[in-house]
Formats: sequence, C-alpha cells, structure tokens
Amino acid sequence: MLYVVRDLPPRGDVEAPLHAKSSEVGSPAAGTYYIESSYKDAGTDNIVTVVLADYRGFDTFGETVVVFAAGAACLLILRGRRRS
Amino acid sequence: MKSVGVSPIVRLACRCMARLIQIFALYVIFHGHYSPGGGFQGGALLAAAVILIRIGEGRPVSQVELSSSATLGIGSFGALLFGGVGLLALLGGGNFLQYDALPSFGLSPVGLHYWGILVIELGVALAVMAILVSIFDVLTEDDESEG
Repeated sequence: MLYVVRDLPPRGDVEAPLHAKSSEVGSPAAGTYYIESSYKDAGTDNIVTVVLADYRGFDTFGETVVVFAAGAACLLILRGRRRS
Repeated sequence: MKSVGVSPIVRLACRCMARLIQIFALYVIFHGHYSPGGGFQGGALLAAAVILIRIGEGRPVSQVELSSSATLGIGSFGALLFGGVGLLALLGGGNFLQYDALPSFGLSPVGLHYWGILVIELGVALAVMAILVSIFDVLTEDDESEG
C-alpha cells in the first residue's frame, strides 16, 4: 500500500484527475461541479453542508432513518428481554 | 446511579456544563451553513447535555427536561420532519428533497435551498438527540430500579 501511495497526485494538484472538469471517458466530474456551483445553488458557504443536505439529501435521509431504526431496535429488544 | 451519593460540587458542575453544551450544540446546528457542523454533530452534543444531567442529578430530576417516554416521539418527529420536507417537494412537482419545488414564501430558489437545508438539519438533530438519549435510558433502566 505504501508503494502505491507514492504514485498518488500531491495534495492540491490542479492537474490531478480528481480535479478535472470531466473524467477520462468524458462524463462531467462531480467534485468540480460542487466546488464551482454549490454557493450559486444553495447560498451556503460550507460545501460539505450543501453536498450532505442538498445534492446528497436522500443519502442523509437514509442515515437519519438508520439512526432512528437503531434506537427503535434497541428499545424493542431490551424492553422485551426485561419483561420475559 | 443513586443521586444521593453524588456530591453537590459534581451536581453543580453538571448543571453548568449542560447549559454550556446545549448553547454550543445550537451554535453547531445553526452555524453548519458556514463552518464545520450540522445536525448529526449538534444532535450528539444536545444528547450529551441531557445525559450529563441524567448522570449528575439522577433520573427523577432529569425527567423534567426530557422525559424518557417522549424520546421516541421526538425522534420520529425529527425523522418525519426530514421526510416531510422531501414529500412536500414531491407534492410541489419536483423530485424528492428538491428544495426548489417547495412552496416558496416569497423566497428565491436559492433561499429555498438555504432554509430547506436548515430545516432538515434540525430534523436530523432532533432525531439523533432523542435516539441517543433513549438508548441511554433503556440501558440504564435496570440500575435505577434496583438501586
């Protein structure tokens, strides 16, 4: 793994494939789009918040439901065991 | 977890710390638009404040702030607030959680995104806070009834 790390682009390299406008097969790269247009789309400075709650809002909804399901399962299992 | 044995210093410290943590939690939630933070982190901090009171003051006193029976209701309210915003956008003719399609109260589409994000962050915070407290409650129920 350390051998492979040496081949990774350095941090902040604008030439890195990650920061290209489009990927090698020609599809637009998501990261660049977020950085360019997150403030224009949502009026929010924090790009992480915009990605989390806006572009990937459905994902965050799933996370919330998972947290809720975990709590409900804890409640049901532990309460149920106590009664028996 | 008997409240009799806890010294007054610890109880006072818990009371002071809990309020500070709650203020910081609100800051983390509402400042999530500009700095690291948001619903999950702020909800965990709110839960920490409530659990600190539960530990320091004992269960009966802490029920005044947030009763154990209300936690699951608040948690589902938070999750449903998130889902409700998504469904409201569906009713407005957009995709799920497409904030542009929400009924605009004189807001621009950008403003709708801004406030939509805030509302769902609040929903996340409520759900996380209530669920963490409810897990703590159900795990410590035994200690209370025996001690």
